[in-house]
Amino acid sequence: MSTHFDPTKHISSSAAYPEVSFHHHDTDDAAFKKKVRKTTILLSVITIIELAIGLAIYTIHKGENPNALLVLMFKGAVCILTLAKAYYIVSVFMHLGDEIRNMIMTIVVPLMLFIWFIIAFVADGNSYKNLRNKYDKHFQESTMPADHHKKAEEPKPADAGGKQ
Amino acid sequence: MATTANVHQTKWWSGGKSPFNMEYGKLMMWYFLMSDAFTFGAFLISYGSIRFSQNFWPDPNVVFNAFPGAGHANLPLAFVSVMTFILIISSVTMVLAVHAGHKGDKQAVVKWLAWTIVGGLAFLSCQAWEWHHLITGEHATLIDGQIKMVGQTTTVNPWGDLASASAVADALKNTSHETLVQLVSSHDHSVSHEQLAGMSQEKLISMVNAADLHIRENGPVAFGGYFYGITGFHGFHVFSGVVINIIMLIMTQKDVFQKRGHYLMIEKAGLYWHFVDLVWVFVFLCFYLI
Repeated sequence: MSTHFDPTKHISSSAAYPEVSFHHHDTDDAAFKKKVRKTTILLSVITIIELAIGLAIYTIHKGENPNALLVLMFKGAVCILTLAKAYYIVSVFMHLGDEIRNMIMTIVVPLMLFIWFIIAFVADGNSYKNLRNKYDKHFQESTMPADHHKKAEEPKPADAGGKQ
Repeated sequence: MATTANVHQTKWWSGGKSPFNMEYGKLMMWYFLMSDAFTFGAFLISYGSIRFSQNFWPDPNVVFNAFPGAGHANLPLAFVSVMTFILIISSVTMVLAVHAGHKGDKQAVVKWLAWTIVGGLAFLSCQAWEWHHLITGEHATLIDGQIKMVGQTTTVNPWGDLASASAVADALKNTSHETLVQLVSSHDHSVSHEQLAGMSQEKLISMVNAADLHIRENGPVAFGGYFYGITGFHGFHVFSGVVINIIMLIMTQKDVFQKRGHYLMIEKAGLYWHFVDLVWVFVFLCFYLI
């Protein structure tokens, strides 16, 4: 073995792109099949958990006093599970995890923009709602869910805790 | 060998080698997918922004509760979970097609590509059924002080908050004769449609029990536009993915890749297909789960 590492020495003669020096995917068949099977099961299990949470939210909404905080926590959990699914699809199915780090960064770093993007626009929508509820009484009366009206009309359970 | 690679830093940028060690077309596919992710992201974030600006938003479990052949049974999330699994499985068959391509196994590429196409078509069929059901399925809705039969379109939304019994009782007086006949016949099957059509307005109203109807007010109109816009845009991606996969299948059959010596084209088509699955994960989250 020579002391100098030559990444192009393993290239197959049929390769059309000689500057691309190695193939990531020539792991043995059994290991590959195992990885795909594992990821498939993982994605399916996560989806089933998501569906279970979706149905849990449904039953909470059907109940007498929906617990807004619990619903919010369930929704947050579903968001995290979805991100986990996205990670597995991109890194295993799309093989991004096997690429050169610089290449991964050119994809991942621009996507960081989403952090600002989501927070800014959702906060903007929320602020618009608050302003309209404050200054546009017609909007508030015509769009606020009925259980809020009822709570305002009936004097006995004057406590808060209605859904937002 | 791996240790050798670690000891000697490869100079990717000194020429003669691909800095990202990746074929040009595949790299450009990645950048296209990144830009497409921003397009979908912008749509979904716009939807989120509008949703957060509303006091009320329809509960997806109320909107999406139908299943083909199950009539009016209340099955929240059932059909969309079928669609989700179809897309996950078709993504797996695509992984297997790409892997077969790496090995140059033409028969396996053909087999797995064909299954991927079947999965894509199955998904599109499901979506067609769902859209058809939402648009044509009419629901008695309290709009402008009267009850109207409306489907889910981009201009009207029948999934508002449940209307109070007194509001429904008032609205019945202003409701058209035709709608009253539909309302009564949907609950009372003992009287024929012709008999009901011959009855007076008052008689029909007396046959309706306002409390039993569970009539909803009209909901936020934006719901329809966002739902059809985003799922439609995604469905168009699925459609174009199916077309690309069919082209790949024909090219494989014609030995184009065999003669070229590599199946890198399948890999690029595969990236696109996985991206379609990836977007669905987020569409599923935003419209059906939360």
